[in-house]
Amino acid sequence: MAKNKKMNRTARTYLTSFLLVAIFYGAVELIKFSGHLTSKATGLLIPVCAYIMMAISLNLVVGFLGELSLGHAAFMSAGAFVGVFFYNTAGASLPGWLSVVLAFVIGGIAAGIFGVIVGVPVLRLSGDYLAIVTLAFGEILKNVLNSLYIGVDSAGVHFSLKDQFSLNMEPTGKVLMKGAMGITGIKKFSYFSVGILLIVLTLIFVLNLMNSRAGRAITAIRDDEIAAKSVGINLTSYKLMAFVSSAVIAGLSGVLYALNFASLVAKKFDYNLSINILVMVVLGGMGSIPGAIVAAVILTVLPEMLRGFSQYRMFIYSIVLIVMMLFNRAPAFVAWRQRLGLKIHTKKNGNSGSTAEDGKKEE
Amino acid sequence: MKKFICVAMTGALAASFVVSASAADAIKIGGIGPTTGPAAIYGTAAMYGEQIAVDEVNAAGGAVQFDWKFEDDTHDAETSVNAYNSLKDWGMQILAGTVTTNPCLAVGAEAVNDNMFVMTPSASSQDVIDTGDNIFQICFTDPNQGTASADYISQKGLGTKIGVIYNSSDAYSSGINTNFQAEAANVGLEVVANEAFTDDNSTDLTTQVQACKDAGADLIFLPIYYTPASQILKAANDMGYAPKFFGCDGLDGILAVDGFDTSLAEGVMLLTPFVATAQDDATKAFVEKYKEVSGGDVPNQFAADAYDVVKVIAQAGEQAGITADMSASDICEALKATITDPSFSYDGLTGSGMTWDASGAVSKDPKGMIIENGEYQPIDEAGAEASTEAATEAE
Repeated sequence: MAKNKKMNRTARTYLTSFLLVAIFYGAVELIKFSGHLTSKATGLLIPVCAYIMMAISLNLVVGFLGELSLGHAAFMSAGAFVGVFFYNTAGASLPGWLSVVLAFVIGGIAAGIFGVIVGVPVLRLSGDYLAIVTLAFGEILKNVLNSLYIGVDSAGVHFSLKDQFSLNMEPTGKVLMKGAMGITGIKKFSYFSVGILLIVLTLIFVLNLMNSRAGRAITAIRDDEIAAKSVGINLTSYKLMAFVSSAVIAGLSGVLYALNFASLVAKKFDYNLSINILVMVVLGGMGSIPGAIVAAVILTVLPEMLRGFSQYRMFIYSIVLIVMMLFNRAPAFVAWRQRLGLKIHTKKNGNSGSTAEDGKKEE
Repeated sequence: MKKFICVAMTGALAASFVVSASAADAIKIGGIGPTTGPAAIYGTAAMYGEQIAVDEVNAAGGAVQFDWKFEDDTHDAETSVNAYNSLKDWGMQILAGTVTTNPCLAVGAEAVNDNMFVMTPSASSQDVIDTGDNIFQICFTDPNQGTASADYISQKGLGTKIGVIYNSSDAYSSGINTNFQAEAANVGLEVVANEAFTDDNSTDLTTQVQACKDAGADLIFLPIYYTPASQILKAANDMGYAPKFFGCDGLDGILAVDGFDTSLAEGVMLLTPFVATAQDDATKAFVEKYKEVSGGDVPNQFAADAYDVVKVIAQAGEQAGITADMSASDICEALKATITDPSFSYDGLTGSGMTWDASGAVSKDPKGMIIENGEYQPIDEAGAEASTEAATEAE
């Protein structure tokens, strides 16, 4: 019975996650095919894909590992800058698809390396230290990228943290990265299918990880560190596994995001973005992948839908956030919904009656 | 219930994303700029500036009538592209924006794909116009201010031996200086001293002023912001050295420096596209309207730039004979051809005799201002003797 219950829940998560992505993809392609997709919606597709990946990535840390990361945008930024830098320089001489694939690989690896650098010292500790360190890391990376100048001429590559003129470039040299101006002149590469493909790969990876032996160990650490340790789980290495995987996904998402715009600045990946992604995770329900996907779509699209309110846009956006949060989680609302005889999908009451089909209906 | 909400939200989403056609009688012109967030001062000013210009164009009842909409981009490239796309859905045919440089680069790339005519009031980086041939600027690119300043000094005969004090740690200042030096050599100005300082040692600039004095400079060029400039003026006054001072738009604001004796700034000349206290009729009328629209604010140069953008488009549009039923791309081609035509020129708040070449950079006679009795006065062409008078007075 217990095994059966577990199977159902796992199957349900798989099914709803992939079904959601399939519906999203199908609907967009259908509207696009019929010629009714507006420019606004088209422009939002890639950012939505990138934020879905970010939400899944952060969910791995917050929902499954039970640690708090307040600087997740920094990993996105690392992936974006390294990937795009490669794409704009070495990648320019390669065939288009190869340079894009390599940009993703390199961006992901770069973010992963930062994940190791941040994770190794901090994840040895238990407590809220990761939140503090990731917060600081985000600010450090933003400020360094904000003042970094890189140029290339016949004498080689020049670096400066001061200004464009202290690069001492030859007049024919090319400045590749201009501090606060960031990287400009990115040749856009934005295909919705690529975004969906990345989401699907991310889902396959994360869901399989969570249902593997390692995933059990990770959730065991979340639930009780001491108990996990007592059965011989190596805390640091499993924590690191979750955290670095999450950083790599964030890096990939950063590359996807950056290739969608002609210019890239470090300022975009600030504290606000990290918090925004955290809101997606919390709103979607910590540890719920389908929830994270839905929340990421809503939170990215909502501010654009509210353009009609002009300067009250962000004000109304915040109110909607509060209302949604209350509706989802406040005990009074939950009781009210139950009185109305609604089936509530919460993690605890996933009893045998709630099957994969139920999960489908609820979404 | 949850299902119902999901369906309702999906419905709302779908509804908001489905193309809707609307009647077209006026040409749809869009504006994008930050009206919220840290750069809101610039975007809001540009918005009011465009609003005033659109109202004037429509009230004048010419062949070109505008339907205008302004979207907020919070000075963020992603939001700016979203704003651009939602304006496109609205039916935008011409873009008067965007206000800030980085969003303008992202939006510019989109506009190149759509072949949409773009004229930015204030995105001053060279990269902006390099994005595509459909993108135009009404402001000088930063380095071009240097060229314009050298030309201006030489044409007006303001000085022969030039000293320069600039901030080598600042892209704005170094950029202007590099071009100033190059142009000075062309127009026969003799640069006798070229003194640098950095952000870290900008507290005492006596050495630099002394070097200019020793070299016998009769005019000091200050391509810097107003705070260090106020120290230079004070240092020069302390050592009894009274050359002419000449600066760029970075000096705008010198009269408002805390604890600065503004009488020292008397006779300082600066090249700036617009000052609200100028006494010409066009500026006065604009300032008055701006105060009405914005609820009492005084317009800055962004407002004036944005106002001019709309007016230029209107003027070029009438010459090119654009109509509301043309596609954005056709309008763009027509406007591009007209605006880069050598016979086209525009007189506005931020300069007179403006022309554009195919690169999209503006060429205009910069407006020289001189500080007199604690106020900016234009050194205009008509009052040539007034300017000499002012200069003599300053000496």
